[in-house]
Amino acid sequence: MINFNKFYKLFNLISVILVIISILLLFFKGLNFGIDFKGGTLIELRANDKKINVTSLRVSFTGMDLGDVNIKKFGNENDFLIKIEKKDTSTDAIEIIKKNLSEKIGSSFNFRRVENVGPKVSSELLKSGIIAIVLSLAAMLFYIWIRFEWQFSLGAILALFHDVVITLGIFSLFNLEINLSIVAAILTIVGYSMNDTVVIYDRVRENLRKFSDIKIFELTNISINETLSRTIITSATTLLALISIYLFGGQILKGFSLAMILGVIFGTYSSIYIANPILVILRVSQKTILKEDTE
Amino acid sequence: MLYFSKLRITLISFVTLFFIFIAASNFQDSESSLISNRINLGLDLQGGSYLLLEIDNGPVEVQKLQNTTTIIRNYLKGIKINFTDLRIDNKAILFVVSEQNIDQVKSIFLDKESEINPYYSQYKSHQFDLIIKKNEFKLVLSKYGLIEIKTSSQDQAIEIVRRRVDEVGTNEPNILKRGNDRILVELPGLDDPMRIKSLLGKTANLTFRFVTQNNNDTFGVETLQFEDNTKEVKVSKRIILSGENLLDAQPQMNNQTNETVVSFTLDRVGAKRFGKATRTGIGKQLAIVLDGKIVSAPVIRDAIVSGSGQISGNFTFQSATDLALLLRSGALPAPLNIIEERTVGPDLGQDSINAGVFALLIGFFLVILFMFFKYKVFGLIANVTLFVNLFFLIGILTIFEATLTLPGIAGIILTVGMAVDANVLIFERIKEESKNEKNNIIAFDAGYVKSKTAILDANITTLIAAIILFFMGSGPVKGFSVTLAVGIFTTLFSVYFIARMLTSLYVVKNKDKNNLI
Repeated sequence: MINFNKFYKLFNLISVILVIISILLLFFKGLNFGIDFKGGTLIELRANDKKINVTSLRVSFTGMDLGDVNIKKFGNENDFLIKIEKKDTSTDAIEIIKKNLSEKIGSSFNFRRVENVGPKVSSELLKSGIIAIVLSLAAMLFYIWIRFEWQFSLGAILALFHDVVITLGIFSLFNLEINLSIVAAILTIVGYSMNDTVVIYDRVRENLRKFSDIKIFELTNISINETLSRTIITSATTLLALISIYLFGGQILKGFSLAMILGVIFGTYSSIYIANPILVILRVSQKTILKEDTE
Repeated sequence: MLYFSKLRITLISFVTLFFIFIAASNFQDSESSLISNRINLGLDLQGGSYLLLEIDNGPVEVQKLQNTTTIIRNYLKGIKINFTDLRIDNKAILFVVSEQNIDQVKSIFLDKESEINPYYSQYKSHQFDLIIKKNEFKLVLSKYGLIEIKTSSQDQAIEIVRRRVDEVGTNEPNILKRGNDRILVELPGLDDPMRIKSLLGKTANLTFRFVTQNNNDTFGVETLQFEDNTKEVKVSKRIILSGENLLDAQPQMNNQTNETVVSFTLDRVGAKRFGKATRTGIGKQLAIVLDGKIVSAPVIRDAIVSGSGQISGNFTFQSATDLALLLRSGALPAPLNIIEERTVGPDLGQDSINAGVFALLIGFFLVILFMFFKYKVFGLIANVTLFVNLFFLIGILTIFEATLTLPGIAGIILTVGMAVDANVLIFERIKEESKNEKNNIIAFDAGYVKSKTAILDANITTLIAAIILFFMGSGPVKGFSVTLAVGIFTTLFSVYFIARMLTSLYVVKNKDKNNLI
């Protein structure tokens, strides 16, 4: 048996620090929103001429008066991703670019992907993304409250909050792009982290019923150990699947799978080191559970 | 939990085979297979264009206010009520009546049978809200008046959009209403939506009006530019003919001038009016005005009574074809703005499919390997379950003809990773139970029973996340929530029927062995 409870205080401290750093990052550095949430134009370009590089593309874009243009390599040797933050939605921008590129560089290009999101739509998408995340947290809080007791609900939701905030903090730190699929990833993290927490909580509840003489501090440790092999195996298979998406699923799914990988790691960690210490802090005992049973 | 009757085994096997059959039909020609249902590929996988159009209802509202102003003027004159200062100001109609008429005028507007201010019985509200300050009346479109305008212009616009898109002839376009002022156009397989975008960007409001020098024209005069912005002329506001009178329009080569023109045919009313106007207006210039710009302004040489004519202008064959198309499909009730566009080229779509399927195979293989090394025989059972689960998932998506997107494929891969969870929970529980219980059957039974609540809670939480994502997410992300949610159900089914059945068959056969799991 591993004594997880010996490190409750240490890891709680680390978690609190990580969450605070993440919140500071979110406040002061902010998130790198993609065009889904900020509006603008995105073009994925494949050049047929190998000599074309980021610099030559950048040169050809100067003087087009498109506002802030961001050009970078995208996966393949001659694939490029161009992001333009033009606020007004003249959809002609794409036509101008096509014409301009063929005039200045001449080589034939393949426009693999073109996205154009107007400011109205992007602010709507951002709003609905935030609502979705808040709603899912609220729904989880409510579900656990019904199935368990409020102490469990609080513990689970703090663990979820921890996972989401730290994942976003990492995205902020490394300036990774937040787009629609990242919102999907975060919701899935919420589901997964909850899933993991619930399995341990279920065992805690079962053990609370069984043993009246064991303190919650010990009891959580026993429960974590009893479910440990399941926790490891499920995390492992999920991570195997996610890593294979990250490595082989193509450029578009990279951000999504990275967010999920981070989420699974932090979700597993928080089920042990956030969700359970909360039960200890809130002095959950057999009484908490029995009250529920007699009602 | 471990007993399975012969009937049940047959039934489960049958269901499994059925789903394998359905899932497999996706890979056959639709003609040679028994079922025609297929999984749809999303635009991000098959390539295509997604356009979200917003109707700019401003001009329609102004039009409505102008019409209503005219109606009010005529109505009040008709019943001999004096009014002054009738005008439109800041989206409101204003006028002043004398003190003794206030109540009478008020009842005209607030009566449920009011002709001027219709009452919508379904909304329990009038078209206009009435605000009276002393003896000044102010009419503002009510919330429901606005909704009526929006829905009716949306109804008209979607029809015109559909006609224009159909005329271009893209395959299986998907045109849907979004809210009450938006239209979603999905064009599978189209990798350059430029032509469609320019066609949808035009209102195509066509009018024939006389060019005039006389500023005192009774209908009013406005100065309009030619399409190439070179010249301006004064044009009467009197409309001789509008696009509504057109029966047909086609691009044509004029053999004499070698110029591309658009020839049109008028309906009976139009032909009559056109004949009359050209007869009286010989020598005058007739401006052909499209969306506020003059296409051309030929001089009338003869009366045209045949009900057909030609529009010239500096057309290429392409632009003449497009103009003819626009005229045939009719004018939009209001301008459309493209507020969101996403286009994926077909080769990127194919790359995404390849990458997605490859990642799925690798992920699947890794999970299977892992489970086999961890659990041996039971790992094998879990793996068979995983296979069947995948067929269930694909089968259900096929039956409902769901749309598979790239995030959707990610959802399937994630399901593969998470699906083993339920089996792992059960197996680990059985291991624990076996420590104290030497009878294998009892231990296995207990394992299944005791792990049930954890499995249920764990899956419901994921399901909640998927449902919220379905309602809040858009486009490809929706596809992810669908596969994730369906995956939860197929996982539970395959774990509690397939895996449990296989486990029970194995355990009953080997019930006297030690350390079975």
